[in-house]
Amino acid sequence: MRLGGAVAALVLALAQPPAVRAEAYDFFGLISLQSRWYPQTAAFPGQRSHASGLVAEPSLHIESEGGVRFSLTSFVRYDSADSRRAHADMREAYLLVHGALGGNFWEFRLGVDQVFWGVAELHNLVDIVNQFDLVEHPREEAKLGQPMAHLTLSGNWGAADLLALPYHRKRTFSGPGGRLRSGRPIVEDALYESAAGERHLDFAARYANTIGPLDFGLSAFAGTNREPFFVPATPENPAADEAPPLIPHYEQIRQFGLDAQLTLGPWLGKLEAIRRNGARNRAGRERNYRAVVLGGEYTFHSVLGSTVDVALLAEWHDDSRGRQATNAWANDVFAALHMAFNDVQSTEIALGLLGDLRHDSRALSVELKRRLPGDWSLRVEAIAHLSVDPRDLHYDTRRDSFLAAHFNYNF
Amino acid sequence: MTCEHRFGLPLPGIAGWIFALALWGSALPPALAQESSPQSKGLRIAREAAARNDGFGNFTASMTMVLRNRQGQQSIRRIRFKVLEVEGGGDKSLIVFDRPRDVQGTALLTHGRLAGQDDQWLYLPALKRIKRISSSTRSSSFMGSEFSYEDMSSPEVGKYTHRYLRDEACGERVCTVTEQVPVDSKSSYSRQRVWRDTDELRVWMVHYYDRKDSHLKTLKLAGYERHLGQYWRAAEMTMENHLTGKSTVLEWADFQFRTGLSESDFSQTALRRVR
Repeated sequence: MRLGGAVAALVLALAQPPAVRAEAYDFFGLISLQSRWYPQTAAFPGQRSHASGLVAEPSLHIESEGGVRFSLTSFVRYDSADSRRAHADMREAYLLVHGALGGNFWEFRLGVDQVFWGVAELHNLVDIVNQFDLVEHPREEAKLGQPMAHLTLSGNWGAADLLALPYHRKRTFSGPGGRLRSGRPIVEDALYESAAGERHLDFAARYANTIGPLDFGLSAFAGTNREPFFVPATPENPAADEAPPLIPHYEQIRQFGLDAQLTLGPWLGKLEAIRRNGARNRAGRERNYRAVVLGGEYTFHSVLGSTVDVALLAEWHDDSRGRQATNAWANDVFAALHMAFNDVQSTEIALGLLGDLRHDSRALSVELKRRLPGDWSLRVEAIAHLSVDPRDLHYDTRRDSFLAAHFNYNF
Repeated sequence: MTCEHRFGLPLPGIAGWIFALALWGSALPPALAQESSPQSKGLRIAREAAARNDGFGNFTASMTMVLRNRQGQQSIRRIRFKVLEVEGGGDKSLIVFDRPRDVQGTALLTHGRLAGQDDQWLYLPALKRIKRISSSTRSSSFMGSEFSYEDMSSPEVGKYTHRYLRDEACGERVCTVTEQVPVDSKSSYSRQRVWRDTDELRVWMVHYYDRKDSHLKTLKLAGYERHLGQYWRAAEMTMENHLTGKSTVLEWADFQFRTGLSESDFSQTALRRVR
């Protein structure tokens, strides 16, 4: 009956909206000047070799004396090369209430929010709540805000998250002027398997606990896939030479996930595994599949008596669909080295090498981060496609190695 | 893997340091009678200083860290602390970074253990990710300061062998000087000398000797205030590195004891809510 109690407490909390006597009011955020250079000639006409951009991500937090909180984070990007990459999103806009019930605790969030599940570094199989804002970064670094009702119950038995997701966000893709896209344009609209379309009500749940050195989570999802399959549009003029554009198609899926991390001194062992039913594979056939990420991380602290910490990471990604996988890192090995200099500027360098086990595809990534005076910081990143196999999902982006510089101002 | 989103800050160890503060600032009636040996007298001083901190319950505080290099250039960090005393177990702490602004909102949750390594989770607000991290750092600098994680770990009595050296004048007070040698061979120090006043056993100065036994750093504490009539806390701590000429000053403020914190404020769910 604890759950019943929590729901009752929640209803009470919501029925008494917080007084506007805001105890805490906080306005902060990020402004970023960014540039990306693509040294290689574009693979497709219309693609630009340089993109400059400006990002603003302001946040507002208001917390009442009763501990009720409202959080708002919006995101706007201007991009000189790609009108589709120039976009805006509501990353967060939620009301949060929380409280205690006997020895247990509850938290409820209502609105647009982001949820992270998983332990891996390259790609998180179990992380299914939010759609990726893929146009932001090819390695899924940004997510779109997801409308949700999110209840968390916790106690000494662990924590349970229950989510109702009433609206589906479509993945973002580069437009004609942008790089890192498929040769055929992807339309902004989408097709849905469900008759309810983007208004299908999805459900997600996760149970998580920590037992000594082990942190683990068991998750389930039923609803609209976040990863689209692409259907060629019916050409308006079949005689024309041009390949028809692609329409994203989102199926109804069920997914069960497991994520676990073992933390033993400087060692971290990581596992993510999913079973997904109802999704179509690369050939367009509905196939149930399983996918696994296994990884390990080791940190050398204060290397050779210096202040530098060095972490080494290796991850193996496997997908039972093999070449029919729809995920770009389905059968890859990822190795990375991260150096934290622990200096006043918090200088960090990361090197990553990604290799495909089935195709002859390899990519190298380098990143430098350093704090500058006056609330500024610098991030420089390069991703080089050393080779891309013609059968690879990423073949269309083979000429899209890039160097990027971000000047970030935090306020 | 990227720098800011994937690995995050390696920040283990700090929680214990708050307890270090607490232990160093313990109140004690001057009941140190004749001792049989310098070792037993040193151990007794350390034990009595530690015992006096029990029962604080919980507290919150904020801290400003001023880093200075040899040229006098300054850099500021701001951190908020919440600490919960756990009876019969390791204490819990939650720290939130406010400055520099590029790490604002980053938080570290520590569940202390009486033996072995603490459990620690880092919250990265940009990704809303909670990451369990390894807490095996010792000699690494904390946020580029002259304080290492080892300096910040809890100076439990059993982690050292103690020896009483002498009593001597320190400012307006009389201090008892003890030497403590780390039991752990992986410690970055060969020994530490600790000056405590004989009235309240508050720590006023610590000399740190490196593995080559040269005097590497000096910590000075000032501005002690008593809370709940019993728990002493220093308002200012200055660590000077004699090798590099750099120094770090910690300015403590807003100590509030027994503010109603409970276990739920130190859970992973609470970590995700941090502001």
